[in-house]
Amino acid sequence: MIEMLRAPWPWYVVGPLIAVVMYLMIYSGKAFGISSTFRTMCSIGGGGKYADFFRFNWRGQVWNLVFVAGTFLGGVVSVLWLQSEEPMQLNEKVVQELEVMGINSPGKELAPGEIFAWDQLMSLEGILFMVLGGFLVGFGARYAGGCTSGHAISGLSNLQLPSLIAVIGFFIGGLVSTYFLIPYFLDL
Amino acid sequence: MKYLKYLFLGLVFGVLLTKAQVISWYRIYEMFKFGSFHMYGVIGSAVVTGIIMLALVKRFKGKDMNGEVINVPPKDKGWKRYLFGGIVFGLGWALTGACPGPMYILIGNGLTVFIVVMLSAILGTFVYGILRDKLPH
Repeated sequence: MIEMLRAPWPWYVVGPLIAVVMYLMIYSGKAFGISSTFRTMCSIGGGGKYADFFRFNWRGQVWNLVFVAGTFLGGVVSVLWLQSEEPMQLNEKVVQELEVMGINSPGKELAPGEIFAWDQLMSLEGILFMVLGGFLVGFGARYAGGCTSGHAISGLSNLQLPSLIAVIGFFIGGLVSTYFLIPYFLDL
Repeated sequence: MKYLKYLFLGLVFGVLLTKAQVISWYRIYEMFKFGSFHMYGVIGSAVVTGIIMLALVKRFKGKDMNGEVINVPPKDKGWKRYLFGGIVFGLGWALTGACPGPMYILIGNGLTVFIVVMLSAILGTFVYGILRDKLPH
């Protein structure tokens, strides 16, 4: 049993279960949306002094902070008890392409250690991928009014045209980064 | 105590995303390179299941645990904020390999440097709040 749980879980098991989590959030009277916790944190940190957007009663959002604390714990549980020994089964061509760009052993870790490491924060590459990348995620999610959970999962499930537009936007941005920015940044 | 269920649901969500490798930078890169069906399978089957569940809820006027009829609020109309905001988000998603949920989960998985990525995302949220009135929505 534990061996089965440790192996990677197939998409057709995880996808429907993600929808069940979304449904249970709705069933409990709340919503499924993770990026709004960043707005809540801005509000807790006193952001209301600078913009009306952060002037709301953040205590009404504590349930969502508890949810994301749970996701963090889910990561801890996974790494402690459910870690697979096998490297990820990635597309061969994609792996070779990444190796040519200077990423060693793709799929061995969750993210390339050449970029996502504390000592890379002093390098231009590290700043572009981690600091600029993170900034764009936070800015874009709030501008679009949601991220993958709010738009791609719950918005599309609710047949919302705005969410479809947002998801198309996610893809345009993602393709531009993947085909133009990432090769350029890795070459710097 | 009333918050315990959210902690539990979050934990389940964190394990699900980790075990499906959705939190991996490589999986996101591979998705945008159309190199594997995996990510499309995860998101696609989640959406199809979600559509069916919400359609049933609407059809049978399903109630939530407080006894209220479930009504998922529609998104505001328009397209500019969704397209422009979506593009900005997508640029960052591919660079970091992580949308907001996976940032929390990656930190839990021991990739502590994603604390910096998340702090930067919170800063991005803050700057959006400041510039909000000047942006097309």
